[in-house]
Amino acid sequence: MKNYLRAVGAVIWKDFRSEWRSRESLSAMLVFALLVILIFNFALELDIEARTSLSAGVLWTTFIFAGTIGLNRSLAVEKDRGCLDGLLLAPVDRTVIYFGKAVGNLLFMLVVEAIVLPVFTFLYGFNVFQPGFLVVVLLGSVGYTAVGTLLATMVVQARTRDILLPILLFPLTLPVVIAAVKASQGFFQGLPLEEFSVWLNILVGYDLIFIAVAFMVFDYVLED
Amino acid sequence: MKTKPRALTLLDVLSGAMILAAAGLVFFYAPVEALMGPVQKVFYFHVATAWVGMLGFLVAAVAGYLYLRENQERFDIVGAAAVEISLVFFLIAIIMGSIWARPIWNTWWTWDPRLTTAAIVELIYAAYLLLRSGVDDPERRARFSAIYAIFGFVSVPLTFISIRLLRTIHPVVVGGAEAASQGGFNMDNPMKLAFFFSLAAFSVLFADLLWHRIRLGELQRAVTALRIRSYQEEN
Amino acid sequence: MIQVKKLVKRFGPLTVLRELDFKVSPGEFVALLGPNGAGKTTLLRILATLSRPTSGLVRVASFQLPQAGPELRAHLGVVSHQPLLYGDLTAEENLIFFGKLFSIRRKRIQEVLELVGLAERSQDLVRIYSRGMQQRLAIGRAILHNPRILLLDEPHTGLDQEAGEILDRVLKDVALEGRTVVMTSHDLVRAANLASRVDLLSRGKIAASTPARDLSSSDLVDFYRTALRGGERA
Repeated sequence: MKNYLRAVGAVIWKDFRSEWRSRESLSAMLVFALLVILIFNFALELDIEARTSLSAGVLWTTFIFAGTIGLNRSLAVEKDRGCLDGLLLAPVDRTVIYFGKAVGNLLFMLVVEAIVLPVFTFLYGFNVFQPGFLVVVLLGSVGYTAVGTLLATMVVQARTRDILLPILLFPLTLPVVIAAVKASQGFFQGLPLEEFSVWLNILVGYDLIFIAVAFMVFDYVLED
Repeated sequence: MKTKPRALTLLDVLSGAMILAAAGLVFFYAPVEALMGPVQKVFYFHVATAWVGMLGFLVAAVAGYLYLRENQERFDIVGAAAVEISLVFFLIAIIMGSIWARPIWNTWWTWDPRLTTAAIVELIYAAYLLLRSGVDDPERRARFSAIYAIFGFVSVPLTFISIRLLRTIHPVVVGGAEAASQGGFNMDNPMKLAFFFSLAAFSVLFADLLWHRIRLGELQRAVTALRIRSYQEEN
Repeated sequence: MIQVKKLVKRFGPLTVLRELDFKVSPGEFVALLGPNGAGKTTLLRILATLSRPTSGLVRVASFQLPQAGPELRAHLGVVSHQPLLYGDLTAEENLIFFGKLFSIRRKRIQEVLELVGLAERSQDLVRIYSRGMQQRLAIGRAILHNPRILLLDEPHTGLDQEAGEILDRVLKDVALEGRTVVMTSHDLVRAANLASRVDLLSRGKIAASTPARDLSSSDLVDFYRTALRGGERA
């Protein structure tokens, strides 16, 4: 168990170390996220009234779009120099690779969210710094990266890898998006928690179910 | 290659006859529903095609699980066959739902949970086909499709629950109390007969088509194998 | 050390290995030669646990494949024609990372860097390394955990003359440490120089096998031709 965690830690350390050097992934995700917000702002003409009802949706659309870029990039790096084989040759259980990459992707997504949220507050005057809302951000991102990391690992081994990830990922993660949007709206509008706690349950349920399924099938994603 | 099995021909005939009989029951035996009129007849096939669609996706998920466990190509062929057929049936179900919705809810499309879930399920399995065509190595393609079929099937209930919580106006036909107010109705016995017979007829049709499609898949595999062997012998 | 019996590997309808038999004793350095598509890489990937055999018996260091996973990989070092290294990490960081996966002490990393002649460039990013340096580092990565068995898949691909010679020297040092080595190659002369035995793979089978010291370079060409013809008849 200790070895297992150390190996997972090593994969995360490695991803952060290379990202710290190049900053390619994070900066691309960030710029993309800000562009999406900008586009929404003009496309939807977010005046004060529209903001209250739409902002949660805009926010989560931004997150998942930016997340896709990060996921694709994170696994493409492994594939390009055959590094995936390098990882497969390590004397550790192969789910180490899954958890290492998934946690790394989650942390990248959280970093981007941590930068986008203050910008969002600044632009639209919402108070996003409520503990409950931050839990929603965490739960939503966990579910998204749990499924996304598994699918991205498949996609980078496909011929059509440039286009496949969002097509596979979006329909599967729809429950996450719906639940995260509704829960976020609840917090933004200051509703009592009982009225929307069911969405938090769905997020937790989704996260648990899909982490379990991914854990069970990940071996098959990598075996040849 | 094997010639067409006799049982399959029998099943062809049986499914054809059952579909005809179901159509007969629906149009001539079941009474016209009092409130909605003749358009309600679409309901029998709408539900039956949707049922067959879901059945196929279940088959694909089970075949996916079996493929991962047994690593045998035939489960991959079954999975792909089931998804292809179900995609068509599900599309028919959605279109029929639309035809039904127009006079009843006064709109072609509503973002009602079942309709929306159906659309999303259709997209999941369209993505499944795109995944298949995007992976060249047959073994890898089989593994990835198996995994995606399982993921897709697991996500469907969650999607349905989420959308259901979001909004609902779909009639709850079998045993729903508030049904009548939303375009639902109670079935009398002839209606029930027509309904359950349609379900059975479409299930048999599904089995028949699935069998054909699996045979096609096996033939396809045999052709590829022959082609590769002749290529190897040439060199 | 390595024992393969009636190994079959199919990719869908394509059969790559056909009831291949192959045996390597401890301490041997076997070079696998053969034309493209003969199945060299496939065989090596199966031995390296990267690919599953369709059927047949494969034992590596007394571990049965494909069941044995992590335990066997602790005894394997693999070099492929791709370097399997991260371009945005320095050479040292690359080894530190793999060292963590293999639970290796830091001291060993310096040792290895010196062994492959990269100690002075260890703080440079792998991305700016030449192909030859990357390949040396790849060998460093492969022997980091002192594996008993080394599997090399065309390690000379893409190297110029000089880089190839440096690589040869490193490989000889490595073999001297008493490891069992299997290397695929299509360079006859180089393979015969390095290896103790040369096997020829053709159409998914071992078509010929001979001790390397029995071969002069003109013999080699003959050996290659005969074996290929033999493979055709089979």
